[in-house]
Amino acid sequence: MSATTTHAGSPAGMSWFLKVWVILLALTALEVFLAYEELPLHVMLILLMGISMIKAAMIIAYFMHLRYERTNLSWTLIPAMVFVLVMMSFFFPDSIRVERLGQFLH
Amino acid sequence: MSESDITLKSGRADWLGGELPYAIPSKKLGMWLFIVSDSITFGAVLVCYAYLRLASPNWPTPFRLSSIVNGAIMTFVLLSSSVTMVAAVEAAKHGRIAASVRWLSATMLGGVVFDILHIREWLGLIHEGLRLYQNPWGSSLFGAAFFTLTGLHMTHVTVGVIYLAIVAIGFRRGKFTADDVEISGLYWHFVDLVWMFIFPLVYLLSARIR
Repeated sequence: MSATTTHAGSPAGMSWFLKVWVILLALTALEVFLAYEELPLHVMLILLMGISMIKAAMIIAYFMHLRYERTNLSWTLIPAMVFVLVMMSFFFPDSIRVERLGQFLH
Repeated sequence: MSESDITLKSGRADWLGGELPYAIPSKKLGMWLFIVSDSITFGAVLVCYAYLRLASPNWPTPFRLSSIVNGAIMTFVLLSSSVTMVAAVEAAKHGRIAASVRWLSATMLGGVVFDILHIREWLGLIHEGLRLYQNPWGSSLFGAAFFTLTGLHMTHVTVGVIYLAIVAIGFRRGKFTADDVEISGLYWHFVDLVWMFIFPLVYLLSARIR
């Protein structure tokens, strides 16, 4: 059995990847622009993380080709990873508590 | 079983149940599983960085415009090296070995340039007084968090350059196949992807605006 199956169904040629590259660069430029806008930190965080997730999704889908693999590969890989990352985020309220605690100590 | 039997097509005709649930080489599945676990490692370090930042009222914002420009150039270099990597994979899949090796070399060059720019950035910050456990700007935890996160990423880039060199040499000698080139590409794109989070979260959110 040959193992070379993975390029089936991919879009035609390099021009597509160059388009993705241009979009990724444009999103990076937008992020750098946002860094110098004086927005509240949480708004900035949401915007930057949102743009970064779009960029990550494009890299995974096109450069890493996951969009053209079987869907059940994505279903095996992505939800488990997202779940673990979300579970880690449960610590964040504690970090804010530490800061508030500092106020009472002074 | 012929190759066409396991070729990806929409619809259910290609479904082979438990025999070939993913229809990819086992090495490629191995790389994907590694990438998932590695992304969780980076996720843990990023969560740690964000936790320390939230918990410290005096988190420093040490990155001058020159650092931000440097970081933007590093992003450009890494994104471009992903495109050359894609070109290497395309060439390899079409049996153009010499072209593939050339594109792989270009990708490695991108990695080396990234490393040089990053080390220059590090040396600049160290010169300004940034150390693992102290710095002139604010929370003493910044140095450890910053060097751990960016250092782990820089290690990945360096390992990636070595990995690509091994694959390029092996592919030219006929020891490795186009699949191996593609799998090394997965790793390279992942390193690129991680930087897409480090650059905004570490650099852009700590830009010195005034």
